[in-house]
Amino acid sequence: MAVISKKAETINLSWQSIVLGFAVILVTIFCLAPILWQVLTSFKVNEDIAAIPTKYFPSRYTLNHYIELFTRRRFWAYILNSAFVSITSTVVSLAIGAPAAYALARLRPWGGKVILAGVLIVTLFPGILLFFGLLEVVQVLHLGNNYLSLIIPYTAINLPLTILVLRSFFEQLPKDLEDAAKVDGYNTWQMLTQILLPMTIPALVTTGILTFIFAWNEFIFALTFMTRDELKTIPVAAAQLGGASVFEIPYGPIAAATVIGTLPLVLLVLFFQRKIVQGLTAGAVKG
Amino acid sequence: MTKIDTIRRREQNTAWIMLLPALLLLLLVFAYPIARAFWLSLFTQNLGTKLQPEFSGLNNYVRMAGDGRFWQSFLTTSIFTTTSVVLELLLGMGIAIVLNQRFLGRSLVRTSAILPWALPTALIGLAWAWIFNDQFGVANDLLLRLGLIKTGINWLGEPNLARIAVIFADVWKTTPFISILLLAGLQSISPDLYEAHSIDGATSWQSFRQITLPLLMPQILIASLFRFAQAFGVFDLIAVMTNGGPGGATEVVSLYIYSTVMRYLDFGYGAALVVVTFLLLVVMVAIASFLLSKSRTTKGMA
Repeated sequence: MAVISKKAETINLSWQSIVLGFAVILVTIFCLAPILWQVLTSFKVNEDIAAIPTKYFPSRYTLNHYIELFTRRRFWAYILNSAFVSITSTVVSLAIGAPAAYALARLRPWGGKVILAGVLIVTLFPGILLFFGLLEVVQVLHLGNNYLSLIIPYTAINLPLTILVLRSFFEQLPKDLEDAAKVDGYNTWQMLTQILLPMTIPALVTTGILTFIFAWNEFIFALTFMTRDELKTIPVAAAQLGGASVFEIPYGPIAAATVIGTLPLVLLVLFFQRKIVQGLTAGAVKG
Repeated sequence: MTKIDTIRRREQNTAWIMLLPALLLLLLVFAYPIARAFWLSLFTQNLGTKLQPEFSGLNNYVRMAGDGRFWQSFLTTSIFTTTSVVLELLLGMGIAIVLNQRFLGRSLVRTSAILPWALPTALIGLAWAWIFNDQFGVANDLLLRLGLIKTGINWLGEPNLARIAVIFADVWKTTPFISILLLAGLQSISPDLYEAHSIDGATSWQSFRQITLPLLMPQILIASLFRFAQAFGVFDLIAVMTNGGPGGATEVVSLYIYSTVMRYLDFGYGAALVVVTFLLLVVMVAIASFLLSKSRTTKGMA
């Protein structure tokens, strides 16, 4: 009796694991196939790209599309622009957001709840509602085609997430530590920079990865405020590759540009998958 | 007493110094543009007025009421938003449940399941436009090989097919966000609950309905709220894939606002469009947060 029921259980279990295995494979294909297709396309010669029926694997591999991006177009400049704007705005939003998060978590400022609610609500504003008013600011201050016209809005857009994630981090820290520091005669600033900051580095890294991703991916401000070709960021430059001629869309270079523009983020996800998940859930759920 | 007061006051001052830079920046980038749009929407400022603002009261709003293109774009946005958020929730839930099981290489599969979310939307739009290409696209090739179609489909050239294609791409891109949040929620549910339930004779579908869904409700609502707001303001994906075409079939509100301002230089009307979109968004967010707080209190009572 016992033997039979055990047998039934293993059969049942293996059925379940077959279904699970199938589901896992489906999820993986669903998530990766579109990216891999772009990778394959980027290494194909033009005859293979335009072959009917579709050739799935290149008959010979070529780097020409990549070479074209760096010789006939300014992809070095676009990469540097994207990197500079993303890194700067990440650093600034951490530098401004961390003290604000600490104040909200610990110092009980007057109106703190209202501020927090405001911060939560602005995370829901899409860029299209802002670009128009910002365009005027950019024109009045003559910031068009200036890195600041991207760094300032990117920093602001990343502040809510920075504040929410770091606030929930500060709230989890044991309060004794700060009390002890105060007894030892540290003032708030000294305590923040000398005692709390070193402990906060992991949380800063988590937040920084997310803000870097958002800044690297931003499109509408970059499209509107940077019109000089050498100042464009990767997403905009790649999206405008096809613009030269309607009849001959450069599929190969577009695929190569997609691969180049996504590569830094693919690496980030590969190395920091856990941190990204932590940050996202802390930012969304605890806020 | 007074000493405590001074300490408290000093703490308040420090708090405000720490908050100030962040608040100023948030006001400049979020509050000012919206407030400015409210003000400017009362003026006519376009090529007709030689780009000089002329006060015109509520004219822009009257014009909007009769603007078929606006209502069409609003409808398109609503359909796009609801369809993609619903599909993302269903698919995201499925993926979260799969990723919550134990299997070989789970960490790698989880990594690949976040990937679409992390990549630039504009570039993803390019990738999907290529997949849905009418001549050389792999979507057509696969369907032909499977015998589901006889000749290639012009995905991005037919109104309804183009709508399906952009929704498909959006679902692919943003489902990971939902599955990440739901997975975190699933991990916080104690396995004991399921065990006790199955000892009581419940099937796994019953445990899903009676344990998983109610306990995940906060995550489901938060994820839908975020996604709803984002999808309502969708710009990059559609701008890159179809640029609102064919014949305006995929023109969402944000694309309409963008061309009103940047192409037709109709600033006053563009401002009014921004205001209305903002108000619509606020109403929907209010409804969603009301539901959210309601679900939290009922959960607390249970």
